[in-house]
Order: sequence, then C-alpha cells, then structure tokens
Amino acid sequence: MNILVLVKHVPDATADRHFESDGTVDRVGVDGLLSELDEYAVEQALQLTEKREGEEHTVTALTVGPEKAVDAVRKALQMGVDQGVHVSDEAIAGSDAVATSLVLAKAVEKLNADRAVDIVVCGLASTDGSMGVVPAMLAERLGWPQVTLASVVETQGDQVRIKRDGDTATEVIGATLPLVLSVTDQSGEARYPSFKGIMAAKKKPLETLTLADLGVEAGEVGLGAAWTEVVDTTARPPRSAGEIVKDENGSGATALAEFLAAKKFI
Amino acid sequence: MSEVLVLVDHVDGAVKKPTYELLTIAKRLGEPSAVFIGAAAQGAEVAEKVKAYGAEKVYVVDDASIKGYLVAPKAEALQQLAQQVSPAAILITSGAEGKEVAARLAIKLESGLITDAVDVADDATTTQSVFAGNYTVQAKVTKGTPIITVKPNSAAPQEAPGAGVVEEFGATVSEGAKTAQIVASQPRQATGRPELTEAAIVVSGGRGVGSEESFAVIEALADSLGAAVGASRAAVDAGWRPHSYQIGQTGKTVSPQLYMANGISGAIQHRAGMQTSKTIVAVNKDEEAPIFELVDFGVVGDLHTVLPALTEQVTQRK
Ligand SMILES: Cc1cc2nc3c(=O)[nH]c(=O)nc-3n(C[C@H](O)[C@H](O)[C@H](O)COP(=O)(O)OP(=O)(O)OC[C@H]3O[C@@H](n4cnc5c(N)ncnc54)[C@H](O)[C@@H]3O)c2cc1C
Ligand SMILES: Cc1cc2nc3c(=O)[nH]c(=O)nc-3n(C[C@H](O)[C@H](O)[C@H](O)COP(=O)(O)OP(=O)(O)OC[C@H]3O[C@@H](n4cnc5c(N)ncnc54)[C@H](O)[C@@H]3O)c2cc1C
Repeated sequence: MNILVLVKHVPDATADRHFESDGTVDRVGVDGLLSELDEYAVEQALQLTEKREGEEHTVTALTVGPEKAVDAVRKALQMGVDQGVHVSDEAIAGSDAVATSLVLAKAVEKLNADRAVDIVVCGLASTDGSMGVVPAMLAERLGWPQVTLASVVETQGDQVRIKRDGDTATEVIGATLPLVLSVTDQSGEARYPSFKGIMAAKKKPLETLTLADLGVEAGEVGLGAAWTEVVDTTARPPRSAGEIVKDENGSGATALAEFLAAKKFI
Repeated sequence: MSEVLVLVDHVDGAVKKPTYELLTIAKRLGEPSAVFIGAAAQGAEVAEKVKAYGAEKVYVVDDASIKGYLVAPKAEALQQLAQQVSPAAILITSGAEGKEVAARLAIKLESGLITDAVDVADDATTTQSVFAGNYTVQAKVTKGTPIITVKPNSAAPQEAPGAGVVEEFGATVSEGAKTAQIVASQPRQATGRPELTEAAIVVSGGRGVGSEESFAVIEALADSLGAAVGASRAAVDAGWRPHSYQIGQTGKTVSPQLYMANGISGAIQHRAGMQTSKTIVAVNKDEEAPIFELVDFGVVGDLHTVLPALTEQVTQRK
C-alpha cells in the first residue's frame, strides 16, 4: 500500500501560545512540535502496513507549513515513516482552512500522479486551529470517500472498515480505496521513536516542494486570499481567584451547598 | 430580508436544543429558514417545533437516499438549496458531523467557513474561544456565503413565532457522494440525563473517583441537581465511563451554567473542553491541583466524603 500521512506542526499547547498583530498565530516565537493528535495518524499508518505483511508498502509523511514545520515530518520519520514531503512557501503564511486544504489536495494529487496513493491518513483535528475540517475538505476536493473519526481501522483488499463513536451512535463505516481517513486518540497509543529510529531517520528521503511545484498560484493562498478574516484577538483575562475551603468533618459539603444555593443552582 | 439557513440538528426527527439557539441567532442576521434533512413524514411535526422559534420557512429534504452515508450527500443537498435561495448565511451546529458538512459545503459554495463560534453578531462577526479558552477571537467570512458552525449553549433560545411554511426540497444526490457507507449503527443507550453539550449543569469525575463503581457518587450528585455526567480522559481510558462522556480537547466541549470537576487535576486538554463554563466548582484532595486556578469555589477534600454529603444537602433543600 502507498499511504500518505498528514502531519501538522503546531505551537506547543503547554507553552504561552499567542497571536501576531495581524491575527495569525505566532509560529516562530513559540516552540513547535508535531501536533499530538497526528501521532495517532502516524501510528495507524504504520499499523496498516504492519498488518499487511508480505506486501510492498510506502508511508510518506506530508506537511504544509513554514521552515520549522519540517520538524513534524522528522518526528514521523523517527517513528518509522519511510519518507517525507514538506510543502513550504512564503505565500502560504496565514492561509485559512479552505486554502490549506487546497495546497494539501494539490500535493496529494502530485504524489498520486507519481505513484497511486491508497490512503491519506489524517488526525482528528490539529491542536492549534482544532477545526477538524481538513479531512472532509480534502475528500471533497479529491472526490474520494471520507471515513473519518475512526477508533478502529481494518482493511481487506481494497476495502476499508472503521469503527467510530459518533455523537449519537457507534457506527461501522465502509468504503473502497483510495480514500481519506482520520483517526482519533482512541485508536491506540502512538509509538515512541527508538534510538535506532532516530538514527535511521537522518538518512530517509525528505523532499521540499513549493507552490510552483504544485501548480498553485501564490494569490490563491495566504492571508490576503483567505475567505475568513480575523478582526480581533484578545487574551482572556485570567479567571479571578475563587474561594477555596478545606473540608473538615463535613464543612466542605456545607460550604459548597451554600455557594450553590447563593448562586441559585439549588 | 434574506433568508438564513439553519440546519436542523435532530435524532430521528427529535429536534435538539441547539437548533432553537441557531434559529435565535439567525433572526439577528435575516429571516430564519430551517432545513430538515430527515424522514419527509416527520416534516410537519418538525415544522411545528421550529416555527415557535422564528422559522419562516421549513425546507424538508427527504433523507431516503441520504441517511445510509456519511456527510457528503447532506452537503450536496445544502449546496443545491443554497444555490436556489442565496441565503445571507448558513448556520450549523458545531458537532463532529456538522463541522464536516460545513467543510464540504464551504468548498462547494466557494465560501469562507468559521467553526466553533460561541457568538454571532448581527453583522455576522463571530466570536470564537480558542487556545483552550485562553483567547477570544473575532472573525468574519469575507467571501461567498458565510458558513458558521456554532457551539451548543451559545445563545438562549427565544420563542418568537414564525410562519413555518413547509416546502419540500428535492435534492439530487450524486453517486460520488455515496461512497462512504454506514454499514452498521448502534444507537447510544439513553441515560435519562440531559445531553452533555446541552446541559445547564455538568458534574464530572476524573481519576480521583478511583473506580467504575465509585462513579455512582458522581451520578448521585448529578441526579440530585438534574445534571449531565462527564468524565476526564483518565476516567475514560480506565474504562470507567465510555468515550461519549469525555470532556476536553478530544472529547466534548461544554459550556454549562455550572461545571463541577471532581477528582480532576485540570490538565490543559481537559480545560479546553470546559473553560468557558459560567461557574466552575472543584473538589480535589490536592490543594495544589491546577483546576483550583479556574474555580469560583473549590473544596480541598476527599470526594468520597464531600460529594455524598453534598448530595444529601441538595436533596434536603429541594
Ligand atoms: C485559533 C485558530 C482558529 C482558526 N479558525 C479558523 C476558522 O474559523 N476558519 C478558517 O478557515 N481557518 C481558521 N483557522 C486557520 C486554520 O486552522 C488553518 O488554516 C489550518 O491550516 C487548517 O485548520 P486546522 O489546523 O484547524 O486543521 P484540522 O481540520 O483540525 O486538521 C485535521 C487534520 O488535517 C491535517 N492537517 C491540517 N493542517 C495541516 C497542514 N498544514 N499540514 C499537514 N496536515 C495538516 C492533519 O492531519 C490534522 O490532524 C484558525 C486557526 C487558529 C490557530
Ligand atoms: C492529545 C491529548 C488529548 C487529550 N485529550 C483530553 C481530553 O479530551 N480530556 C481530558 O480530560 N484529558 C485529555 N487528555 C489527557 C490530559 O492530559 C490529562 O492526562 C487528563 O485530563 C487527566 O485526567 P484527570 O484529571 O482525571 O487525572 P489526574 O491528572 O491523574 O488527576 C486526578 C486528580 O484527582 C485528585 N484526587 C485523587 N483522589 C481523590 C479523591 N479521593 N478526592 C478528591 N480528589 C482526588 C488528584 O489530586 C488529582 O488532582 C489529553 C491528552 C493528550 C496528550
């Protein structure tokens, strides 16, 4: 199988994330990393090939992002992915989801033309924008089936079945390759890169592509071309410290009951 | 005035509360029209419900050729309807499915998309709460028809009678949209409690609850308050409650009037799902737990003694 896994480089959620004055995310001044939820996508991509022994497989990690975004691909290579592609172009900065999905779709189409792609594996959502829309947009653009939010993935021949916990039901979804798949953090712990994996990653092929390579005009993407505009960003004032009491012989429950009564919850 | 399309959020024809919230918001932007994609036979019943909240029109799209598939056919139906009525905006509930329908629709209609709005002003400027609730962002769609997904509990539903004129809309679903098939579906068992994302009060338990059996303590308190029950990922990963209970980055986002975190430390990923709650209360035996930075009221103590005593007092005060 020929699998593409989409990995996003995001600012560390435990660091002090913030916006630039133009409403874009500061992706330079804050440490970045492979979006944690995309580790699950890498893991499932690797497992899909491991479950189909005896076949020939290639797993390629693809990212769209600034210079540092290549670190997301590197991490995927260390985890065991075979090769990496980094789409990087000044003109992409500030793209909204629609434009990002365009660049990703063009990259998938280019790789697909070189060698037919079977599955594009995505995370459930990025940990910065966290829209959870790119997989559906990509499927729409490619005209491929989307099987999203999988907690379990199985393939047999050219058939894929996933299990997912929907909002109102647990479902089994079926589709035929090629397709776009997204997986949740319920799909199984992601592996850590081994020392051997880290050393091997240094020798794996890593290609950098620009918009011109994909046949995308600079004017189609980026902040200026975005179909959405950030008007204002404000840091939320920290919640003012509330009252904290220590429970002693039942005093905690009484104090809490009084608080809830004062607020008219009881 | 232009129409504003509101996709009706429902389960087998039972309209969910966020629909009324969206209709209330739609009234600020134009003339609300509800779009019901479901069994045509239920159209009239649904129209009765949504007209009370201002729906002037109710488009009924029979889902006979739609319901066995994932989101693509729904997006096609909405596209065809939008092309016919040229709405001022399209509002959809911010759930996993709603966001995917919106995503496809944005590409089809060449329109900007904003997800997870917590408010929408009369000029369609949206408010989002981002970075685990640490930032508030105001944004606008600048191209095409604004497509906005709105989180539950973002507006108080206001009754305002509309005409509720039912119009059948025959959508043509392409074969290409029917490629991801729902092979099997097992509806979630009803708990008899309010739905997590819609509830006014949410009582949650984390690793500190200690066991599956001990979750009874959380549920007893929730029932005394008429609340929904939530869980941290630690409690879900331990198998004490199913994933549908999980609150946080990879679970549900809730924004109730009152959120009670019990035996939950307050990790950033958990905060992402509850930080916009109006009032936050925590019970935790560790006074250093980060959850206490968020609370309006906190009790340092053992939840196994504090919560049963609280439940008793709540019941007595009724
Ligand atoms: C706080 C915030 C709010 C935003 N709000 C909006 C908005 O309302 N509307 C809008 O149009 N844009 C918005 N954006 C911009 C949008 O997030 C980015 O354009 C982003 O590239 C696509 O959305 P996402 O990160 O939410 O991806 P998601 O849809 O959450 O990502 C799902 C999966 O797609 C893949 N993926 C996504 N991006 C990449 C990438 N660059 N490279 C490789 N794989 C990728 C990954 O597998 C990921 O797990 C917002 C950004 C931020 C930071
Ligand atoms: C990619 C990713 C996504 C994630 N998504 C989510 C998510 O959606 N939701 C989520 O919740 N987490 C999520 N997490 C996990 C998150 O980082 C934390 O690990 C998790 O929230 C911890 O759950 P907890 O607070 O119940 O457990 P802990 O952090 O172990 O805290 C337990 C707390 O209980 C207290 N306690 C123990 N015993 C008692 C007692 N008897 N009485 C009172 N207090 C007691 C302890 O003092 C402690 O503060 C995610 C993590 C990652 C990496």
